[in-house]
Amino acid sequence: MAPLGQPLSVAVRRKTFAAVGQRDENTVLRDVRFEVEPRSFVVITGPSGCGKSTLLNIVAGLDKDFEGKIDLGPGNPRVTFVFQTPRLLPWRTVRENLELALPPGDPRLAGLPDMLERVGLTSAAGAYPEHISLGMQRRAALARGFITEPDILLMDEPFVSLDDPTALGLRELLIDLWSRRPTTVLFITHDRAEAVMLGTRILRMAPGSATIIQDEAVRLSTAERKDRDKVLAEQKRIFGST
Amino acid sequence: MPPPRKVTSAGYAGSLERLAWTVASLGAFVALWGLVAWYAGSRHLPGPIDVVNVLAREAASGELWKHLWITLVRVTLAFTVAMFIGAAIGLAVGVNRTADKFFDSWLILLLNLPALVIIALCYVWFGTTEATAVTAVAINKIPNVAVQMREGARALSKDLAEMAEMYGFGWWRTLRHVTIPQLAPFFAAAARSGLALVWKIVLVVEALGGHPTGVGHQIHTAFGNFDVPMILAYALAFIIVIQIVEFGVLQPLQARVNKWRR
Repeated sequence: MAPLGQPLSVAVRRKTFAAVGQRDENTVLRDVRFEVEPRSFVVITGPSGCGKSTLLNIVAGLDKDFEGKIDLGPGNPRVTFVFQTPRLLPWRTVRENLELALPPGDPRLAGLPDMLERVGLTSAAGAYPEHISLGMQRRAALARGFITEPDILLMDEPFVSLDDPTALGLRELLIDLWSRRPTTVLFITHDRAEAVMLGTRILRMAPGSATIIQDEAVRLSTAERKDRDKVLAEQKRIFGST
Repeated sequence: MPPPRKVTSAGYAGSLERLAWTVASLGAFVALWGLVAWYAGSRHLPGPIDVVNVLAREAASGELWKHLWITLVRVTLAFTVAMFIGAAIGLAVGVNRTADKFFDSWLILLLNLPALVIIALCYVWFGTTEATAVTAVAINKIPNVAVQMREGARALSKDLAEMAEMYGFGWWRTLRHVTIPQLAPFFAAAARSGLALVWKIVLVVEALGGHPTGVGHQIHTAFGNFDVPMILAYALAFIIVIQIVEFGVLQPLQARVNKWRR
């Protein structure tokens, strides 16, 4: 785990997508700078198309074509990405998908049965991803992210396109996993309730601004996060009545 | 725990039904053939019984097995060479856009080059040897494999490649668990259409190249004597062998690599 006191620092001066077909050159990020304290849960929120996912891909190192600098902290921290779609290998079983996230013979593999149990996939461990529900696939993707015991966990709308009860269950599961092993999280969502329920700090991006317009701490305890009214009140405080 | 099994038409009852249909349709074909042959009464259109008799005679004398064996060896060699080289070319141009732009015209040229031209040139340049036979057949098949594998390489998922990168798969695990499973259906399709093409061309090569052995040579000789029962007997033997390969090897293999599909 990365030593405490060394924050993750993001400084993207400019990110531009070149013109494609009818579409003109498009600057999606401009002067996005922030630091993330170790073991904090930072939610980046904003409407679709405001550059959230692009930002996360840059932090992950998947997109290297930008102006600026990303400093993940000293000691080559382990970074894990939980994607918008589960991105499981459909030709490998759930268990194999989790195993492949770790090098062969890694001691963390010993925690695999326990991890499967916690996400409720013990009986589906031998199933292929296309034979289980989307909710189960997302749980598997979540388990794959956590079993690597990352120092930095990047999550790009991992609960999108699920029905409400399933999404709620997964959020509670995420809170549970994270409070057992707090790690630095950058979480992207356009769902405000989800942002307030999960995050310790919220960064807001507005449409067209290509930058961060609000940076707010969330004042909720772990217990309060499961209380709908408390979450709603905090959501109103941060986002206003709109 | 085994993956959950699904009951589909590919199950036991399904294969029985399919078998029944195959048997019935083949039976009808043989009956029709016998009827036409009996009505025509020509020695140039022998009935099924005559052909089976010739087949039995050739099998008893050992000639059938000798020629069948040498042809199968040639098919196997040409098939293997074509799959390897074709896949390598297809993947190379599939992942490299510059190479694709450059070699696309070459592929189209080769695809449209008549088999007969390739065969003739090979024998003129390299003479009548075993290597020539295998080379001539392989060159005919390589562009087909290359084109199909190029489609496979183009369809490789960027999402899964990013996943493999983030989870530190490394090149070997990426190849084995991410890339090859995505290419497998394209490879299987290329293999099945390839086998059908290769064995047909092998016979032509054997006949034209003046090889003293092989099913193609036997058919060529029989053609010289207007010995139609002999031609049909060897054709029948070869169809049976290829069908055994198709149902015994290729189809089970395809079912195995597709079992994860919904």
